[in-house]
Amino acid sequence: MSITKRVEEIEKQYIELYDQNIVQLADKSTLEVNSHRDKSFKNFQKLGIPSDRDEDYKYTNIQPFLRGTFEFNFVHQNIEAQLDDVFKCEVSELESYSVFIINGWYSEKNQIAGNLPDGVYFGSLAEAFKKHPKLIDKYYGRASKIERDGFTALNGMFAQDGVFIYIPKNVVLDRPLQIVNILTGDSDNVVFQRNLVVMEENSQAKILVCDHTLTPSKFVVNSVTEVFAAESVVLDHYTLQNQHNLTTQVAGVFVEQKSSSTVMTNNLTLHAGISRNNIYYKLDGEHCESYLYGLYVTDKNQHVDNFSFIDHAKPNCTSTELFKGVLDDRATGAFTGRVLVRKDSQNTNAYQSNNNILLNDLARISTRPQLEIYADDVKCSHGATVGQLDDEAMFYLRSRGISEEESRVLLMYAFAYEVIDKITVEPLKEQIRDLVEKRFRGEFDKCDFCVVCAEADSKMLNCF
Amino acid sequence: MLEIKNLHASIDEKEILRGINLKVKPGEIHAIMGPNGSGKSTLASVLTGNEKFKVLEGEVFFNGKDLLELPPEDRAREGVFLSFQYPIEIPGVSMVNFMRTALNEHRKYRGEEPLSASAFLKLLREKKKLVEIDSKLTNRSVNEGFSGGEKKKNEIFQMAMLEPKLAILDETDSGLDIDALRIVANGVNKLKRADNAVIMITHYQRLLDYIVPDFVHVLYQGRIVKSAGKELALELEEKGYDWIKKELEE
Repeated sequence: MSITKRVEEIEKQYIELYDQNIVQLADKSTLEVNSHRDKSFKNFQKLGIPSDRDEDYKYTNIQPFLRGTFEFNFVHQNIEAQLDDVFKCEVSELESYSVFIINGWYSEKNQIAGNLPDGVYFGSLAEAFKKHPKLIDKYYGRASKIERDGFTALNGMFAQDGVFIYIPKNVVLDRPLQIVNILTGDSDNVVFQRNLVVMEENSQAKILVCDHTLTPSKFVVNSVTEVFAAESVVLDHYTLQNQHNLTTQVAGVFVEQKSSSTVMTNNLTLHAGISRNNIYYKLDGEHCESYLYGLYVTDKNQHVDNFSFIDHAKPNCTSTELFKGVLDDRATGAFTGRVLVRKDSQNTNAYQSNNNILLNDLARISTRPQLEIYADDVKCSHGATVGQLDDEAMFYLRSRGISEEESRVLLMYAFAYEVIDKITVEPLKEQIRDLVEKRFRGEFDKCDFCVVCAEADSKMLNCF
Repeated sequence: MLEIKNLHASIDEKEILRGINLKVKPGEIHAIMGPNGSGKSTLASVLTGNEKFKVLEGEVFFNGKDLLELPPEDRAREGVFLSFQYPIEIPGVSMVNFMRTALNEHRKYRGEEPLSASAFLKLLREKKKLVEIDSKLTNRSVNEGFSGGEKKKNEIFQMAMLEPKLAILDETDSGLDIDALRIVANGVNKLKRADNAVIMITHYQRLLDYIVPDFVHVLYQGRIVKSAGKELALELEEKGYDWIKKELEE
């Protein structure tokens, strides 16, 4: 049963929704998850929805996009019937293990091709509440920042499903795990999604998240992903966002690393409406390596805000941050690189850079490094650039007979390539390379999917 | 082939070229010499369409076409090539992709089909050998991390790939050691045919020992003030430019 609600006074109406549906929301969750729900609710009452008056959201006011008449689904709706096409994509066993999430709910039609290694869980979070309550209770809500961020608190209140990934000790996944998030439906929708990734000692995985919209309805997405990387874990986490202009998404990734682990996140935004990524890392062990990469290519009235917060809580860790953006038309963007080096975190290395190209006088980017350093033996650097395409390089290419348009594409692509080059999954890298090039050529289609299919047919879904 | 008539050009409101006249016929090699700031590189930039410079007056015809009307890419496709004094580094654009794109745009302009990947690679290998360029360089991004000498060799390699009708070499010799200079000059000589022409811009006689010009012109204060045969270069090497300046004042 879905609820249609007119949202004007946002906080008040979300609180009403929570009060009226708490029984339904709590129904399938564990006691611990519901206690997190309750704590989130209390925090939300204090924090409310962030506006541009909040320092963390200074350049992105999401409030106006939350107003309107929206549908909420607090019960798993079976809408897969209309989506047969989705499941026609036979993801090759050689390529990846894939699941589809529809409006935040783990699809009942998911069948993972191939055999996952013993002990690995890759499936519905709601299902894991029943099957693995101990694991869930140990980790759920421990990394997310409900006391700091109103959207995260809101997710804690309403989220019921998403993906749970568990990789046991020493297991190395042979193929990437692919999560395809699909937004669909004839009415405007508010979607909550929750993912939890638990990696035990010395395990390795690559996760690819693809965000897509199938219908021209308005979507408001609030997702939270918590990642727990134990000692010596190696994890790559890619997010590729390709959503239409009516989508407003706040996506939080909260990573907690134990000693000698290596985690990389790469947020690639090719098309979006309003997009806010909250990327939090806590380096809670020595000799951690953290890589935060991102690329955003925006035009029209799109807005992308990457907010990162790296907490160097232990000594001898290295974090490397690189975000690049190309903005056209009236697109706006923001980047915040917050780095906290605690008092005892000696021998910390933290590198940060944010480079932007504005193709148009009306495009805007706000970029701010925020370094807070309490230790005295550290190496930290930060740099931000905002510029245009290099005239000298343009002339050089054109003087060889390459047209102005093609030269622009080559240069934009060259600028973006540094981020794409960090992708370690070869078929994915190729796919992204193609998509980015198409994007720069203006041939990109919102129906182009990042999903790595067996037939390599990126247009396997019927899209409006 | 090339006819420059009374060419005036400026940068930032400052007039640099003040009435250049020059004719180049197929098969000819012209050297343009002159003191610093006389307008040599400006001439190269204006001929190839660098938008930083503004043409104030004059005409340039290239094989009957009004060159100044064409955008830089069309001048290149018509067969004008500039070997840059300071080749630009373009990280992220591979040499192979760059050359393949350029070559196919030239072909498209002439109404030819694009080269297949294998035909392109074959051509690439041939030309690399011709100009003695290290095979590893073409696997890298355009000029990225190249030494000065490698960059200049790379310019001649690009020239070999594109086979221009008119090559303008802007101080291709500056900063080259004698071995690199020999390689670059050999490349230019091997590419020389009866139906193409070269304009060399240089400060020094040394390059002209390797690439022998038919004409030497002295550019001074934006005008060609003296033209003669190759012996003029030797005279300049010996006496410098002061005697020309004096001649002008008289």
